[in-house]
Amino acid sequence: MSDEELQVNDSLDVMGEIEDGAEQFLTFILGDEEYGVEILRVQEIKGWDTVTNIPNSPHYLCGVLNLRGTIVPVVDLRLRFEMAECEYNPTTVIVVLNIEGETQRTVGIVVDGMSDTHNVMPSDIKPSPDFGSTIKTDYITGLVTIGDNMVMLLDIDRLLSVEAIG
Amino acid sequence: MSIDISQFHDVFFEESFEGLDAMESGLLNLEDGAADVEAINTIFRAAHSIKGGAGTFGFMAVSEFTHKMETLLDEMRNGERDVTPESTNVLLEAVDVLREMLTAVQQDGDTDDARIAAVCDQLVEMLGGEESGDLEQESEMAAANSDDEKPIGWKIDFRPHLHMLQTGNDPVRLFRELDTLGELSVTLDESQLPLFSDLEPEDSYLAWHIELISDVAKEEVVEIFEWVEDDCDLSIEALFSVAEASPELEVAAVIESTESVDAIDETQLKAPVAEKSDTKQKSSAAPTAASIRVGTDKIDSLINMVGELVITQSMLSQVGDNFTEEMLPQLIDGLAQLERNTREMQEGVMRIRMLPISFAFNRFPRLVHDLTDKSGKQVDLKLTGEQTELDKTVMEKIGDPLVHLVRNSLDHGLETPEVRLAAGKSETGMLKLNAYHQGGNIVIEIEDDGAGLDEDKIFNKAVEKGLVNAADNLSPEKIHELIFMPGFSTADVVSDISGRGVGMDVVRKNIHSLGGSVEIASEQGVGTKFTIRLPLTLAIMDGQTIRVAAENYILPLVSIVESIEIKSTDIKQVSGKGELYKLRDDYVPVIRLYEVFNIEPQITDLEEGLLVVVEGDGQKVGLFIDDLLGQQQVVIKSLETNYRKVVGLSGATILGDGTVALILDVPGLISLYREPSTKKGLVKPERAA
Repeated sequence: MSDEELQVNDSLDVMGEIEDGAEQFLTFILGDEEYGVEILRVQEIKGWDTVTNIPNSPHYLCGVLNLRGTIVPVVDLRLRFEMAECEYNPTTVIVVLNIEGETQRTVGIVVDGMSDTHNVMPSDIKPSPDFGSTIKTDYITGLVTIGDNMVMLLDIDRLLSVEAIG
Repeated sequence: MSIDISQFHDVFFEESFEGLDAMESGLLNLEDGAADVEAINTIFRAAHSIKGGAGTFGFMAVSEFTHKMETLLDEMRNGERDVTPESTNVLLEAVDVLREMLTAVQQDGDTDDARIAAVCDQLVEMLGGEESGDLEQESEMAAANSDDEKPIGWKIDFRPHLHMLQTGNDPVRLFRELDTLGELSVTLDESQLPLFSDLEPEDSYLAWHIELISDVAKEEVVEIFEWVEDDCDLSIEALFSVAEASPELEVAAVIESTESVDAIDETQLKAPVAEKSDTKQKSSAAPTAASIRVGTDKIDSLINMVGELVITQSMLSQVGDNFTEEMLPQLIDGLAQLERNTREMQEGVMRIRMLPISFAFNRFPRLVHDLTDKSGKQVDLKLTGEQTELDKTVMEKIGDPLVHLVRNSLDHGLETPEVRLAAGKSETGMLKLNAYHQGGNIVIEIEDDGAGLDEDKIFNKAVEKGLVNAADNLSPEKIHELIFMPGFSTADVVSDISGRGVGMDVVRKNIHSLGGSVEIASEQGVGTKFTIRLPLTLAIMDGQTIRVAAENYILPLVSIVESIEIKSTDIKQVSGKGELYKLRDDYVPVIRLYEVFNIEPQITDLEEGLLVVVEGDGQKVGLFIDDLLGQQQVVIKSLETNYRKVVGLSGATILGDGTVALILDVPGLISLYREPSTKKGLVKPERAA
């Protein structure tokens, strides 16, 4: 085996073996729960930064952030899911996501911390059970069990659409 | 061995449209004065390059059409034909058609074939029926014309040798080239074509008999075949007209011409409708990547500035490398220099986007020409300050409102010659367009010496439409303002030119959306003057930073009238309606910014804060704020790119420390104050962040 091939294999080890047809998800922590988003939608992950409040906006919209010259709205996912508020600390991170809608937009979400990346076969994704009228099931595309944890996969296009965050 | 020439299409279109503009303005100038040879030459050259380009790229319809224009122009140039208003009008029409054809080719759209044919017929008619649209007809007609001793063209027998294609020569290109010289008719001779089984695909078996109707010299024809001379049998003979014009043919020609007159009338009747659909097509077409032409002097000065910036940067890094306290003055000098460089750079880059307003003004001579033709009015159009520069985006958006105002002046303002004479004015009305810089703004004036606004008529109309009460006593200025109300139009008859009642409110809205304003000054019987004020650029703005509780906002400096300390004795409470502040002889409503924005206030006592009197939508209001901070230039960023439009905010900017500051929108704040329901979403609870 040539050096080059060895290197490729090494990097595959780091990323985890990618099976055919598997999708990669980035998971993060919110309270005691773990959520996942498609990794290709993640533009970057950055630490908490000062945001500017937007007047007359929903309470879960923290404000807007300067991301290298563009103005990006930031949504506190805890507040969006009506969970208890939590002080922002050094591990608080903003996940910057690309949202598809009428136009492509960039939106940041505040989460408690990052977890991991996982490869998930589409067949392993189970439909989300109907919890009743709580809002958050509307935005969950499915559930996946990774180890002992249940991860909820988010439909970020619906969760962070213009109507939903305006 | 073919090159992909589609890469040059964009350049061709750009140049052709420029050429058309040049032709248009040239034609309009022709009309004003006597036939000026140089002017005709300019028009001719433009037509010629379009024809040549179109031929090269294979847009045959365009090239054929242009050829007819060119022939007409050539006769004018040689003094064989006088420049008459009719011929100019036909040529102007032809310019329009050509522009349409080119647009259609560019965007793969459809052309209005009926219109093209009609204008084509008009051109042919102008040329005295010597030419016609169809190639076969062409030769017939040519045959009918015999009183000419000169050869009317060339008969070319072109028989390529078997190996000609292998030398990389393509007969199609030769034919295209020939076609640029005149009317071409080609007959194929395939007698040498072997059986399919014997066919050698790389050999050329075909031969052509070509008739070229043109007055070009033989040398020019030979020149085209220069490259293939050794690879073919070629004979070029002069072609003479054959028969005398028979009476029947003449009759046929007359019938044809009357027919074409009918066709023209029809298309003229259809024209307004067609125009409308044109604009629709234009707006629905995908926007093409815009380009901008920049003078090399502007680029050179930018390069110089970058050079200086690099020098300053290296100086600063030297200072920084081993910094001691004694070097402090040097550092301060360097920073000052850096600031100057940056500002110069910024101005230089902004200048690239600046275009002279003549780009917007240039369409008006044509507009005035067309409209006066239709209405029988006589108008003298004066353009001044055409070199005044303006940001390209502002220019694009101001074009339509300007057209509207000019149309209004022509239709409603200026009177017919009879009315003018009766009023003791000269027959010819005056319409003046002027542009100049004033402070950070560009001012555009549209002035006519027409009838002025009829205040009684406007007032009655407004009452009729329920916009005001009949009992209201309005000052003339207030009445003038009424024409900007939605759905207002006083034209008794809705004409083609204007009077659909969708005009003036849209004009004002468009101008406001650019951060500008429009004013009217009018005197009955003397004239009307519209004054438009626009910011030079949309990207950068002078802002005043203000503080409300813990938040900082930017207020556009242009909207601030004055800032005052509040005396509690001047505050009048209006029960249930809020507070008014007595500002000299005026009362202005007080908008508490923390209230409309739902911010936890730090001070609520009016005397502790400041009142900034601002103007928006023609109305003055007082904004109650905590404090005034510095003034600075801010670069405007859109909130809508990633979020949405927020009522009361026009955008955001990034401050020196990297944080975002929101820019206030005064008209939006006023509507928030009046109708708090326009607020969206929930109240944000205070939170330590």
